Amino acid sequence: MIRTVLLGGRAGLHLRAASRIADAAARQPAPVTVRTAQRPAAVPADSVLSLLSLGALCGTELILEAYGPGAATALESLARLLAIDPDVASA
Amino acid sequence: MPELLRGLGASAGTATGPAYRLADPPRLPAPRPVTDPVAETRRAHEAVDAVCAEIGRRAAAAADPTSGEILRVQAALSGDRTLREGIAAAVRAGHEAPHAVAAVLADHRAVLLAAGGSLAARAADLDDLRDRVVAHCLGLPMPTLPEPGCPYVLIAVDLAPADAALLDPERVLAVVTSAGSFVSHTAILARARGLPTVVACGRALEIGEGTLVTVDGTAGRVSVGATGEATAAAVPPTAPAGELRGSTADGHRVALLANIGCAAELSGVAVEGVGLFRTELLFQHHLDPPTMAEQVEAYAEVFAVLGSRPVVVRTLDAGSDKPLPFLHETDEPNPALGIRGLRVARRRADILKTQIAAIAAAARGSAARVAVMAPMVTTVAEAAQFTALCRDAGLSTVGVMIEVPAAAVRAAEILQAVDFLSVGTNDLSQYTFAADRRSGELADLLDPWQPALLSLIALCAAAGEALGRPVGVCGEAAADPAFAVVLTGLGVTSLSMSPAAIPAVRAALAAHTVDECRAAAQQALAAADPATARAAVTRV
Repeated sequence: MIRTVLLGGRAGLHLRAASRIADAAARQPAPVTVRTAQRPAAVPADSVLSLLSLGALCGTELILEAYGPGAATALESLARLLAIDPDVASA
Repeated sequence: MPELLRGLGASAGTATGPAYRLADPPRLPAPRPVTDPVAETRRAHEAVDAVCAEIGRRAAAAADPTSGEILRVQAALSGDRTLREGIAAAVRAGHEAPHAVAAVLADHRAVLLAAGGSLAARAADLDDLRDRVVAHCLGLPMPTLPEPGCPYVLIAVDLAPADAALLDPERVLAVVTSAGSFVSHTAILARARGLPTVVACGRALEIGEGTLVTVDGTAGRVSVGATGEATAAAVPPTAPAGELRGSTADGHRVALLANIGCAAELSGVAVEGVGLFRTELLFQHHLDPPTMAEQVEAYAEVFAVLGSRPVVVRTLDAGSDKPLPFLHETDEPNPALGIRGLRVARRRADILKTQIAAIAAAARGSAARVAVMAPMVTTVAEAAQFTALCRDAGLSTVGVMIEVPAAAVRAAEILQAVDFLSVGTNDLSQYTFAADRRSGELADLLDPWQPALLSLIALCAAAGEALGRPVGVCGEAAADPAFAVVLTGLGVTSLSMSPAAIPAVRAALAAHTVDECRAAAQQALAAADPATARAAVTRV
């Protein structure tokens, strides 16, 4: 199961932003991998260092993959997190 | 003759002291073959664990939430499976522990650098982890801050979060780095502590150990071989409350207030109130967006420290040089002239409304005299709208900052829509002189003694006197004792500055009568240029 999302964080996927995603990924019912269109190697979404090394900037297309039970839920929640800006103040 | 080095001003203020360099990172020894890959992998993993545990302890001890959060994320890398698997693979490929760790982190670092922009600025986060793990593997001491036994100016290539978190304003007077940018952690954390900081100062590492330097974090300049006394960054004045109030020799009152970003900056500091409470920190360093409740808590913390003293809360001043890039278009051709300050509310009215509601809620539960003001107000209509929003929320004292020339020339009209004005001299200079405040080359234009700037401040002060409403100045310029005398003479009713600068300003005011201040102001206004203005005032 594949889902694509554009990175919403204007500051890019930096250390703290990556940490937030990795924490969420570790809590998902299915393991999720992430890759960018530029680099075909998918990395585990629950590793901060891997997420960092995607070098994803704001607007970078991220391709999420997960399989098995819970895959849809996992993709949905990670895609939602990646699409918003972690630094932005919501009301 | 002091030599002048140029860089980028990353945290405003000036300080003088002897320069000392952060110890160089450990060097990797010549590689040796790995005989027992399993033991070697365990050695590398143990080093990572030990270093991350140590960083975690620092996170727990960090004085402010900013440092704590960055360190906690770093500490959590010990369990990162990509790091652990990468290290194991590097050892299997024949690298011994320190080389394996360095190689894995170097790969990730290269990607960050290649990504550019704000991500490249975070490469230092990984460098620090590498240096610490390598030092641990080799049994070397961790890279730490110098301890020359006196307050000093810290010189470094760049600071890692772990170093920056340890910056003690009582020991470190200022920071100069050869690398770094306005959004690097060095800059963010130095600003959080109010330490004058110059980054991207290419020749910083040429400064000799112990050389006296003056760091001007506003103009981005470092004067090497400066003469004079070292200036303490933040010696907490311990005068009793009665002596805190500023006044001239003949008793004309001028409130001397503090510029702060969080409650911690008030600890050990005796001030009569806060003239500028910057709220950006709360937004900038939050992993999650600050909720209404989180904001109420942060504001209430500051109000509680102040007791019944006054505090002016400035609503979010994002955009331009304040790196909250999410709030404005990344493709703005000229961010300083774009969506910044109050203008953010054009797109995100919700952020301002929530913040005002949070300030009002915190004010209701506190004895502090809470006022609120908006940054980057340009027109009377904007001022009136902001006032209405605040009054609806139950905040009774509402003001605006005068940072745009258009607002300064209409100060009288704007002041009719609000209770007070606060002149932000840094931005008012930048916009009046069409000179980027971070440009070292144009520093002469940004001199607060420029007569054109004084004329605009005089307009604001005159509007205040005519309406009987307060007009303060909260830029760095207010911290210059001679300039404070001029501002008082112009009719400015309060001066807000970093707490450390208040005692000198209080002493300067107490040494002059209000008529002398007025005479000084007239001399400065009549001068042809900043140097003449300064000289004229010194004679008064």
